[in-house]
Amino acid sequence: MPPALSLATSPTPTRRRLEVLPIGIFLAFAVLPAAAPLAGGEHLLSLGSRVMIFAIAAVALDLLVGYGALISFGHAAFIGLGAYAVGILAAHGIGDALVSLPVALAVAALYAFLTGIVCLRTKGVYFIMITLAFGQMAFFTASSLAPYGGDDGLTIAARSTFAGFPLLKNERAFYYVVFVALLGTYLFCRALVGSRFGRVLRGAKENPVRMAAMGFDVYRFQLATYVIAGTLGGLSGFLLANASEFVSPAYMSWQRSGELIVMVLLGGLGSLNGAIIGTAAYLLTEEWLSGFTEDWKVIFGPVLVLVVLFARGGLIGVTAELWRRLGRD
Amino acid sequence: MSTTLLVVQTLNGLQLGVLLFLIAAGLTLVFGVMDFINLAHGVQYMLGAYLAVTFFALTGSFLAALILALAAALLCGLLLEFLVFRHLYGRDHLDHVIATFGIILFINHGVKIVWGAAPLSLPIPDLFSGSVQLADGLLYPVWRLVTIGSGLAVAALLYVLVSHTRIGMLVRAGATNAAMVSALGVDIRRLFLIVFGFGAMLAGFAGIMIAPILSVDPGMGDTILILAFVVIVIGGIGSIRGAFLAALLIGLVDTLGRSFSVDILRLVMGPSPARTVGPALASMLIYLLMAVVLYVRPSGLFPAKGR
Amino acid sequence: MTEAMLRLEGLRKKFGALVVTDDLTFDVRPNELHAVIGPNGAGKTTLINQISGLVAPDAGSIVFAGRDITTLPMHARAGMGLARTFQVSSILPGFSALENVALAVQARSGSSFRLLGGAATEPALNGPAMAALADVGLAERALTPAGQLSHGEKRALELAIALAMEPKLLLLDEPMAGTGRDETTRLVRVLGQLKGRFSVVLVEHDMTAVFALADRISVLIYGRIIATGAPAEVRADPRVVAAYLGDEME
Repeated sequence: MPPALSLATSPTPTRRRLEVLPIGIFLAFAVLPAAAPLAGGEHLLSLGSRVMIFAIAAVALDLLVGYGALISFGHAAFIGLGAYAVGILAAHGIGDALVSLPVALAVAALYAFLTGIVCLRTKGVYFIMITLAFGQMAFFTASSLAPYGGDDGLTIAARSTFAGFPLLKNERAFYYVVFVALLGTYLFCRALVGSRFGRVLRGAKENPVRMAAMGFDVYRFQLATYVIAGTLGGLSGFLLANASEFVSPAYMSWQRSGELIVMVLLGGLGSLNGAIIGTAAYLLTEEWLSGFTEDWKVIFGPVLVLVVLFARGGLIGVTAELWRRLGRD
Repeated sequence: MSTTLLVVQTLNGLQLGVLLFLIAAGLTLVFGVMDFINLAHGVQYMLGAYLAVTFFALTGSFLAALILALAAALLCGLLLEFLVFRHLYGRDHLDHVIATFGIILFINHGVKIVWGAAPLSLPIPDLFSGSVQLADGLLYPVWRLVTIGSGLAVAALLYVLVSHTRIGMLVRAGATNAAMVSALGVDIRRLFLIVFGFGAMLAGFAGIMIAPILSVDPGMGDTILILAFVVIVIGGIGSIRGAFLAALLIGLVDTLGRSFSVDILRLVMGPSPARTVGPALASMLIYLLMAVVLYVRPSGLFPAKGR
Repeated sequence: MTEAMLRLEGLRKKFGALVVTDDLTFDVRPNELHAVIGPNGAGKTTLINQISGLVAPDAGSIVFAGRDITTLPMHARAGMGLARTFQVSSILPGFSALENVALAVQARSGSSFRLLGGAATEPALNGPAMAALADVGLAERALTPAGQLSHGEKRALELAIALAMEPKLLLLDEPMAGTGRDETTRLVRVLGQLKGRFSVVLVEHDMTAVFALADRISVLIYGRIIATGAPAEVRADPRVVAAYLGDEME
């Protein structure tokens, strides 16, 4: 007789204990504007928005890299596509989010679908390279769009309105809109990971042959994940364009895609929380160190190497390890 | 579109192809034999150029600069291998990507600090300066011919080494199945070191040869790196032959594409749209090519590990 | 004569110059346990791989439940009720034993394109999964991460996963490989209880198990089937004894 089915188990029970972490993160983001008048004012708010915007893209990338073992080196393209959707529409006088947001998401989703079809036929380094290639294609296309600024980029006259209402004009209001977007993204991805769909994705990461032998068409699941991640990247791009009121091909460079992977890794792969923490760590470090020298990456480079060599689990991994060690003593 | 321009650009394409091969050869071997994704390979190329500039300033002789820079580039490569890379063999590809990405950041900005951000140049040695007349009205720079020639010579040397020497055989075996080679009692660590060092020297050599033609600046490794990866992916990982063919293909397609895209597009569309679409399409051409190749052959044209 | 559950005709497979499957013809009747024996290197695993879809044959046809599946991808064959175990345990080490099996149940229970709603607590999935685990004796180890199971337990988990797929045909690739005597006896008992529920192709070296379980035995030598028949016939067949059983049987 099988034991009673009080098996409300999640795959990794430790995840329960770490629920404290996302609550803490979002609480910190939520109260930041209150601290703003004391330290940095608007600059702090815009820095916070920037962190959250990239965190959206990083969380999406964690779905691919951390949960799906799909190392996409072209993720920045989706950010760029979302941003350019806003920019190009604005250049033609269409500045309302009710139009530009769906367009941004649709363009990103479509690009993810079309490129994903090709990319997901490959594995390993070939996959990395082909995602890079598609990222480059987006980059070069944007660079050559002379009517929209080309290499120099395109300024946007004003932030998107919501049904005519200039909601995003106020820095604080914008901050909270971004906050809601990040929260929504996070909760959605959390649910996704624990769902039937997410379980197939995670299973495919561990043993794709076994998943196929069970009857799952892994390709379809990976393609769907790729489209979801790309669409969320488009959301990030929409917000980024509004934040800086400027779009440029640099948003889609392969270096940017690399930085996104670093952000996810820095916090700890495959935990979603890690993506947010890693993004914050990366951007705050950049903000801090670039105050000293333009070439702060000279220090950051070796830090990355050391992280890979010794702190593979990222900040979360290292903290968890320390916690364990302290618990023992 | 004149024949002269066509010939000149074809030769330029060959030159780029040969250059790409020198860089791709080391990259594909390192990947094939050690299963190591080395994003920092472009840095070797850049270091070769910078070191040549410095040694030339010190010695005044191109030949001396060449030899010293090659030696120094080899040393840098071995140092990187010793300090960082050898700890990463057998690890996840993602680890390689991030770690070598970190190395790129470190060296790109390090170079900026040491040599400054302004582009530097290296003069062409007097013996090879100027142009030669290849045909009526067709002048071509001697140095570019020297580059093509030396590149092909190195390719031939590599071919001989890989197919007719014992070390070459071990390298080819390693690219197909490194674990087996190790199990057969070969000192795989030394083999890795040799492969790596040789690859670093080839990249450095490419950097030195190109320095007189291009400007030497801190970003030069990045662009060429991507091209080199496209080459090895199209050619098939671990295959020198694949790298050679793919490199020439890419060199020609990229160069000719950039020169003639507008003209070719003018055949099907008006001059104004052609002028906008042309350059964009040209820069994307090799990526489109890679996408098509990978769609049909997801492991490249001649992968060492078979399909 | 009822329609065969599985029929292979003229199957051929070469790896380079090595002919691994040589014009092979083979059939499995509904609900029979058909063992395949033969020396190492005879091509048994490659045969299983071709039937399940992991490897594509160079020539020949594979017909399963009346349908030609020769070019059908592996996951589609699994969806039709063709389950297999792997010679080297191929499980999901980071998931619990229960989740491994629950995933197999999930594959057959409606859409997996549900993006919300926790899968780990679905009774519709966990119920049948626990039943399968109980069948193979792993009920107490349900929540253990599969990577921490012992070798024998992993072999049992492989079987549980296959059972959860409600197969019409089960391909067992050396399920007793590397198991100790107790574990082997237990697996034989489990397989004995499953006999007759569906067709089984059992590839095995353990002759005691084979002769205890098989309805029919086929002998595979160098990619060809040299004999097929009831255990007693095969045991006595001089060609088989000469080629294979002579050294195996005491």
